[in-house]
Amino acid sequence: MTADVISSPATDALEAGVRRGLYDAMVLSRTYEEAILREYHADKGPGFDIGKGLVPGEMHLSAGQEPVAAGVCAHLTTDDAVTATHRPHHFAICHGMDLDKMTAEIFGRVDGLGRGRGGHMHLFDPATHFSCSGIIAEGYPPALGAAFAFQRRGTDRIAVAVTGEGAANQGAFHESLNLAALWKLPVVFVVEDNDWAISVARDDSTAIPNNADRAAAYGMPGERVEDNDVEAVYAAAGRAVARARAGDGPSLIEVHTLRLWGHFEGDAQGYRPELAEVPEHDPIPRYEAALREAGVLDDGGVSETKERASARVEAAIEFAKASPVPDPSTVLDYVFA
Amino acid sequence: MTMTETPAQTRRLNTSKAMVEAIAQEMRANPEVFYLGEDVGAYGGIFSSTTGLLDEFGPSRIIDTPISETGFIGLAVGAATEGMRPIAELMFADFMGVCLDQIYNHMAKIHFESGGNVKVPMVLTTATGGGYSDGAQHSQCLWGMFAHLPGMKVVVPSMPADAKGLMAAAIRDDSPVVYMFHKGVMGLPWMAKNPRTTDVVPEGDYVVPIGKAAVAREGTDASIVTISLSVHHALDVAEKLAEEGLSIEVLDLRSLVPLDREAVLASVAKTGRLVVVDEDYHSFGMSGEVVASVADVDPGLFRAPPQRVAVPDIPIPYAHALEYAALPRHDRIEAAVRTVLG
Repeated sequence: MTADVISSPATDALEAGVRRGLYDAMVLSRTYEEAILREYHADKGPGFDIGKGLVPGEMHLSAGQEPVAAGVCAHLTTDDAVTATHRPHHFAICHGMDLDKMTAEIFGRVDGLGRGRGGHMHLFDPATHFSCSGIIAEGYPPALGAAFAFQRRGTDRIAVAVTGEGAANQGAFHESLNLAALWKLPVVFVVEDNDWAISVARDDSTAIPNNADRAAAYGMPGERVEDNDVEAVYAAAGRAVARARAGDGPSLIEVHTLRLWGHFEGDAQGYRPELAEVPEHDPIPRYEAALREAGVLDDGGVSETKERASARVEAAIEFAKASPVPDPSTVLDYVFA
Repeated sequence: MTMTETPAQTRRLNTSKAMVEAIAQEMRANPEVFYLGEDVGAYGGIFSSTTGLLDEFGPSRIIDTPISETGFIGLAVGAATEGMRPIAELMFADFMGVCLDQIYNHMAKIHFESGGNVKVPMVLTTATGGGYSDGAQHSQCLWGMFAHLPGMKVVVPSMPADAKGLMAAAIRDDSPVVYMFHKGVMGLPWMAKNPRTTDVVPEGDYVVPIGKAAVAREGTDASIVTISLSVHHALDVAEKLAEEGLSIEVLDLRSLVPLDREAVLASVAKTGRLVVVDEDYHSFGMSGEVVASVADVDPGLFRAPPQRVAVPDIPIPYAHALEYAALPRHDRIEAAVRTVLG
């Protein structure tokens, strides 16, 4: 069994509303990352001090990977669970996380999802059943648990587990695929193949070209979506989500996506030979052009989407900045329930 | 120790049956409780931690897993965050190396990272300890390592009644609890055992609060502070020394997190002489922590330098003679008590 490879959208019939929704979600996510990028670098100087500023610490932004989150989350409700990675913002946004609370957490403020205890790699939101793991592949096993609970309760809720392609070489990845298939858990495994595990190219780390083929080892469907195509992601995710909701078990989707920026902010990416050409592959202008061509979008639609996204994102940044810094005297709180 | 019910105090169980009784009672009372791990179904747990549970609750709640500790412990974490109350068994504490990330980076940290918004009410059960020549990878206690990592409670029963009451408390706790049962306290028919491993166990609902030490034997001349199987050894030594007119107190910590430092201080305030016995490794662990509990607060309580009896900082040896030279057995405990008594 070899996984299907989807290289061109089989979704010509996608209705305009869905296409506009995918576009809007991608734009909102990108607008958010651009704003965080701005705030992150605003006060890191002189030079670059990673621990300095309103948004300190490592920052892994998701620009370029929006098609994955938009295409998958279009099939979810906030009753479904998502476990994301160290690069979680696009999935959090497309899954409907409250941007105010999310942003306050990234700014380390008391109104954040974790009251400033978590940070951008540790976003936990009971309202959207969203969680992250900063440890590669280790977000997969908790997704099984959410799916297990949903299955036990007789619901059609599902869990989506996200990793990057580097994670497909971790034990947790394979243990999770086997367990989910064995117990027919309602999980959709998503691999974001952005070509780079920090600085190590996938060809230098992975013995096969297509991680979706690994699904065959666990008797589940595997699909690889080429070319960062949001509508092809949408189609593949639709099949996988339907299968999970119907009680037929897990699926694996790998999307060949794009890391538009560095692994983290401050990464000069000297290891990346194709660096100069990366911006040409930005999926958002490409999708925007396709929708203009199809008559789904025009100048007015584009500005409406961008202005709405910008207003929402800037409001969240203002909310975060206005939220108090946690009181150091509370440092011992929340270790135990 | 508190009892929520006062039953007839005659029924005797070994530790494994007491532990299983608590699991069964909690499972009857709460459909969200389930148990998963390797060989916990038809086998009943390699160290009898689940004997008979499959018959009563069936394979949907007593679940044999693949040998995928990261996978199924992580599954328990995710199920707990969705409101279930999983009990996941790590067959040997020594196997923590293949799944520690789910334990200390996920199970133990999610509540904190979420600012208290997400609870992880699960129990991680695991067998500890040596004394039967199982070698360096199957004989460790390692509770000091779990206790060192913040965010999980660590309970270590030594007596059958506590095994029941602490299990009930662990399952009901909204925080993750690591429940560490020494193979040598379970009362297994295929392993040498102390007669104390079978004892009176209250019937019915019985809860022992986590974080309270128990005075296993009162005394005035010296305090032995210890945990798990070493409590049994310490009591043996105390009984022997009583024949010489020495009055030795034995304090069973029962949990490392939270650690009942007040009980340690109270005992040392009374005796002025402290021996800590720990089947875990000597350095950077429980024995040093117990001594520090006194030294930090009132070092003047010590009328003699405290003594520590632990596994020297070596892997657990295989050959019986070597293993018994490494473990904190009766001879070393007695010698330490005589040292603090001067």
